[in-house]
Amino acid sequence: MLLDVSGLRVSVDGKELLRSVDLAVGRKEVIAVMGHNASGKTTLALTLAGFPQYKVTAGRILFEGKDVTSLSIDERARLGIALAFQSPPTIRGIRLGHMISLAGGVNPWTPKPGDDLTLAEKMLEKVKLDPAKYASREVNVGFSGGERKRAELAQIFAMKAKLMILDEPDSGVDIDSLKIVGNSLREHFETHDCSIMIITHHRHILQYLRPTRIHILSEGRVVATGNYDELMPKIEELGYERLLTEMGKHD
Amino acid sequence: MTEAWKEKLRARAFTALTKKAAFGNDIDLSEFVTEGTRTATVTEEIQRRSLEVGVDISQRKAGTYLQLDHSVLLSQLASKVQGLELMPTDLALEKYDWLRDYYWKALSVEQDKYTAIAELKRTKGYFIRSAPHEKIERPVQSCLYIESEGVLQAPHNIVIAEEGSELNIVSGCTTGIKTKRAAHLGISEFYVKKGATLVFTMIHNWGEETYIRPRTGIIVEEGGTFISNYILIKPVRDIQSYPTAYLKGKNASAKFYTILYASKDSIVDLGNRILLMDEGTTGESVFKVVATGSAKVYNRGQIFGQNKGTKGHLECRGLMLCPTASITAIPELVAEHSETELSHEAAIGKLQEEQLNYLMARGIHPDQAIGVLVKGFLDPGLPGLPDSLQKEIRSRLSLMEKAPSGKKEPC
Repeated sequence: MLLDVSGLRVSVDGKELLRSVDLAVGRKEVIAVMGHNASGKTTLALTLAGFPQYKVTAGRILFEGKDVTSLSIDERARLGIALAFQSPPTIRGIRLGHMISLAGGVNPWTPKPGDDLTLAEKMLEKVKLDPAKYASREVNVGFSGGERKRAELAQIFAMKAKLMILDEPDSGVDIDSLKIVGNSLREHFETHDCSIMIITHHRHILQYLRPTRIHILSEGRVVATGNYDELMPKIEELGYERLLTEMGKHD
Repeated sequence: MTEAWKEKLRARAFTALTKKAAFGNDIDLSEFVTEGTRTATVTEEIQRRSLEVGVDISQRKAGTYLQLDHSVLLSQLASKVQGLELMPTDLALEKYDWLRDYYWKALSVEQDKYTAIAELKRTKGYFIRSAPHEKIERPVQSCLYIESEGVLQAPHNIVIAEEGSELNIVSGCTTGIKTKRAAHLGISEFYVKKGATLVFTMIHNWGEETYIRPRTGIIVEEGGTFISNYILIKPVRDIQSYPTAYLKGKNASAKFYTILYASKDSIVDLGNRILLMDEGTTGESVFKVVATGSAKVYNRGQIFGQNKGTKGHLECRGLMLCPTASITAIPELVAEHSETELSHEAAIGKLQEEQLNYLMARGIHPDQAIGVLVKGFLDPGLPGLPDSLQKEIRSRLSLMEKAPSGKKEPC
């Protein structure tokens, strides 16, 4: 098992946001986490990435068999956990090309012999952002929704992560960008030894990735798990509320 | 025999010997040495330290001036450079009587005790002049270097960009690696004639016990452009400077860009005053500062809108890395005409945790992430600089990300 989360309880400012979450991701597997707004999806993503304001009060996170629950954000990232942010910040003064290089372990200002200096260019091409135009742009400054998501992917592709956690890579994205996001993710997954945990509200992006399992989060708990072909049509037909009510998982 | 005009200046200087400066701490300069001649050659250390302030002695550029303590080691033009003059100010004053009309004309010898001492204890300085309509493509470089312990260096520099000419000067000021206590009073007068452009980039890299009191005056004529880029990255004991630009001709402009990394217990009091005297003149001052350790930074800025169609803008952006540091922004806008537009903005804050976490989520170590963010914050993008120098400044900033100064200092 690549990721094994058990009994995870998480609080922010004393308020419990995850209540005993159990979840696992195997090697070379795609899983989806779905659920209505404020169900705990982003909390789960940021907790797995190690954001310190998300306090783990119980349970543990094993990554490749190692307990990473108390590791810092950068330590987890270097082990192979990469997060594509739902709403990444803008960073003035830092060029996207440099950021991608840094994510790939290459110092763009003082490279070492053997460093791949074309890494940023290659990653931008993978997400169909013209390097001539985008490498010198400041990170996310003036980017559209779709550009931001693609810039996120370029960075986490550069990291060669073992587990990519994608927090709503399809939100605020137009149909053209959605195709690019979906196709580049599928291509990367098919050609690299990696797994994906994708958080989304929509079926469209999942059509590109075909997750083996869908977990539905509600009020900080995994309340339903099923395979894609079984669960997805029901979510589409009934919506979360009715589905969970029918399953007896909701008040 | 001393000439009468010099005697008059000296007499005026004497009257200001105890006059405190308008800003900054009052420095006792009585124990610093203002005499002595060095016959040193250009050593490897001098070359290396000069390079750290953007002055590459191995390349002549358009011309190179190097002053060690009180002695001029180099003052020469590259071969085939035309329309450019470079020589020590002493020689220029001997050669050209007309230069007296520029000497102490952009600022007053009795401004304060530092201008007074600089005149009375003057130690060389450079004279640079671009001939009318000459476009000097390569930068002229100057390095004012203090090597001896306890030296007070007081050069008087005069730069004239004649009508329609273009001149680019890179000036580096530094101390020897072992030099601890020193003082520098640099007098600089800039004259930008009609339609001329002068870009002046100064990089400071002083020893940690160096006191600096530069005094600068700038006069810009019709359609002339003066651009100042100032960079200070290393700690310094105490620096205070407040250049004044007089925009005397229509549509003249002055722009000041300051990039500052104030660390340890440095006291940094910098700013500039711009007088928009004639119609359509424009002035801008952008100050970017990172304060860490227990550094104290003051950014003063003053713009006077005195004529029709004038525009001025002051901007201060500060990044606080330590609670023991401080940044004080003191902008002043003085409108003296109903058709002037003046503005200022200031924003000071700490490093955004969201940005730091973002970089860390890419596997970047927190120390390196802070360095990268600081570098990004200070990233010059300075206008009017040749690409090579822009690149050099960027690479120097990038060193911060692995050097101790790029790390979070103990607060």
